[in-house]
Amino acid sequence: MNIYVLLKRTFDTEEKITLSNGKINEDGAEFIINPYDEYAVEEAIQVRDAQGGEVTVISVGTEEAEKQLRTALAMGADKAVLINIEDDIENGDQFTTAKIIGEYLKGKNADLIIAGNVAIDGGSGQVGPRVAEILGIPYITTITKLDIAAGNVSVIRDVEGDSETIEASLPLLVTAQQGLNEPRYPSLPGIMKAKKKPLEKLELDDLDLEEEDVEAKTKTIEIYLPAKKEAGKVLNGEISDQVSELVQLLRSEAKVI
Amino acid sequence: MARKFLVLGEVRDGSLRNVSFEAIGAAKLAADGGEIVGVLVGDSVQNFGNELIQYGADRVVAVENDQLKQYTSDGYAQSLLAVIEQEKPEGIFFGHTALGKDLAPKLAGKLESGLISDVTSIEEEGGNIVFTRPIYSGKAFEKKIVTAGIVFATVRPNNIEPLAKDESRSGDVSTLSVDIKDLRTIIKDVVRKASEGVDLSEAKVVIAGGRGVKSEDGFEPLKELAQVLGGAVGASRGACDADYCDYSLQIGQTGKVVTPDLYIACGISGAIQHLAGMSNSKVIVAINKDPEANIFNVADYGIVGDLFEVIPLLTEEFKKLKVNA
Ligand SMILES: Cc1cc2nc3c(=O)[nH]c(=O)nc-3n(C[C@H](O)[C@H](O)[C@H](O)COP(=O)(O)OP(=O)(O)OC[C@H]3O[C@@H](n4cnc5c(N)ncnc54)[C@H](O)[C@@H]3O)c2cc1C
Ligand SMILES: Cc1cc2nc3c(=O)[nH]c(=O)nc-3n(C[C@H](O)[C@H](O)[C@H](O)COP(=O)(O)OP(=O)(O)OC[C@H]3O[C@@H](n4cnc5c(N)ncnc54)[C@H](O)[C@@H]3O)c2cc1C
Repeated sequence: MNIYVLLKRTFDTEEKITLSNGKINEDGAEFIINPYDEYAVEEAIQVRDAQGGEVTVISVGTEEAEKQLRTALAMGADKAVLINIEDDIENGDQFTTAKIIGEYLKGKNADLIIAGNVAIDGGSGQVGPRVAEILGIPYITTITKLDIAAGNVSVIRDVEGDSETIEASLPLLVTAQQGLNEPRYPSLPGIMKAKKKPLEKLELDDLDLEEEDVEAKTKTIEIYLPAKKEAGKVLNGEISDQVSELVQLLRSEAKVI
Repeated sequence: MARKFLVLGEVRDGSLRNVSFEAIGAAKLAADGGEIVGVLVGDSVQNFGNELIQYGADRVVAVENDQLKQYTSDGYAQSLLAVIEQEKPEGIFFGHTALGKDLAPKLAGKLESGLISDVTSIEEEGGNIVFTRPIYSGKAFEKKIVTAGIVFATVRPNNIEPLAKDESRSGDVSTLSVDIKDLRTIIKDVVRKASEGVDLSEAKVVIAGGRGVKSEDGFEPLKELAQVLGGAVGASRGACDADYCDYSLQIGQTGKVVTPDLYIACGISGAIQHLAGMSNSKVIVAINKDPEANIFNVADYGIVGDLFEVIPLLTEEFKKLKVNA
């Protein structure tokens, strides 16, 4: 089975966000594999171990994404592809990313593509379905279980808490929801091996794409931080009095009840 | 030129979702006096047309087909592409729901258009429709415009005001026949877990429990309080990881993002990943026995105490209020 994983390098969830010159300040920030993409990597490894085949992890980004790709290789993926867009494009959006990934995957005969359901930074959840649309294959988002037997796929999809059992066939793109699996930590031998696994680096040219082909369909005109929330009132006194006071405040001051 | 916008009316459990009315409100802001066309898709949905009109749609197009009884991305995309082809709108808005998140990127991809996901506010500025949306799970916000194709947007529940329902409004509800074929995914079974009670992402009141709730049974007092307030129960990842509740209740950076009028955090420490999912709630109450807990730094009101003592008292107080009202 020919399995591909879409992996985004994102800010660590612990990071506070600050701006410099109207842009997100990346200086000194820690980066991780987007948490949902960790589920995707783990699932791909499990499918390969059960069915045979190969797992290739793809990331569109800058040179720095090599670190996250090496981590995926250390977890057990076989190959990685880093599509470095740093020098070619200044402003991209989800169309851009999907177009680049779609172009790369054309003609690769992917059986199964696993993405995260959403990136915790950009937060749109668009890239998976857009890639499937470009490739003309079906997709199922937010899955919590994946079973494959003889080319037939059965998945459980989380729909705002309800569970749908869905059948489809390969080729297919799925996006991972929390609960799909427990991603493994890379082992020490895994980390050693990962250093020697193939990591291909490509640029737009290598995909026969021009800048215009991937031009964003949206534009960010401003980024800002939310107003800092002031710490409020911590109540005092007997618990029962505090409770009565709270209900009063919610009614007359906050007016939410 | 007058602008025309489509809005998908999403039917769940036999009624239109509130977020669809909010999406009409959003489209009104974007259309600047132009026409709003409601769209309904399903096996038997025409009868919801009038309600969309009462909430501000000028007319409604319904696509009905037995194959559309359940949502599939293929079936809905074929339907909407036919409506888009007929109506040639400037934009199309959805709720940022499981359905909207699944469907909108496929359509925007097909039509090589820009899609702004998870929109929390909208303004018309000098001919541009400017969308605001959270990034980094609400740790920052961005303003965006669509620069090519049809303007696609999904709007986050509970953020954009719907118009007041006006029962005197009327308009045309027409049907469009679409040949639905080649559905590549087939729904075999649906197990309902969430639909008991109020939908978490649309709830006006959320009572959330953390590891401090200590067990599955520990959630009972929270459920009771939620019921009295007509709200929904949510949770921290701490509580989900400990198996006190289902992951579908998780709020935070890797769970749901909620913006209710009132959020009551019970036995939740206030980790940064949790705050990302709830700190834009209008009013936050924290109940925690540790006065140093970080949750107090974002709470409007705090009670330092044992949640098992505080919550039942709170439930009683609210019950009294209800009786007196
Ligand atoms: C050339 C270029 C320039 C950009 N410039 C800007 C900019 O100026 N401002 C800005 O805010 N953003 C910029 N971006 C980032 C872009 O807007 C989005 O962050 C990106 O398209 C992913 O969208 P998202 O974060 O909403 O991911 P989602 O759609 O939420 O991601 C869902 C899933 O898709 C997959 N995926 C997403 N992104 C990638 C990726 N890069 N590689 C591999 N898999 C992926 C992952 O599996 C992920 O879990 C740029 C991107 C490119 C390619
Ligand atoms: C990649 C990543 C993603 C994550 N995503 C999320 C996410 O989406 N959502 C999320 O919530 N977390 C997320 N987390 C986890 C987060 O870091 C915290 O571990 C988690 O939020 C802690 O849950 P908690 O507050 O319930 O538990 P704890 O931190 O253990 O806090 C329990 C609190 O209960 C209080 N307490 C105990 N008993 C009582 C009592 N009887 N009465 C009153 N108070 C009491 C304690 O004082 C304490 O403050 C993520 C972590 C990572 C690494």
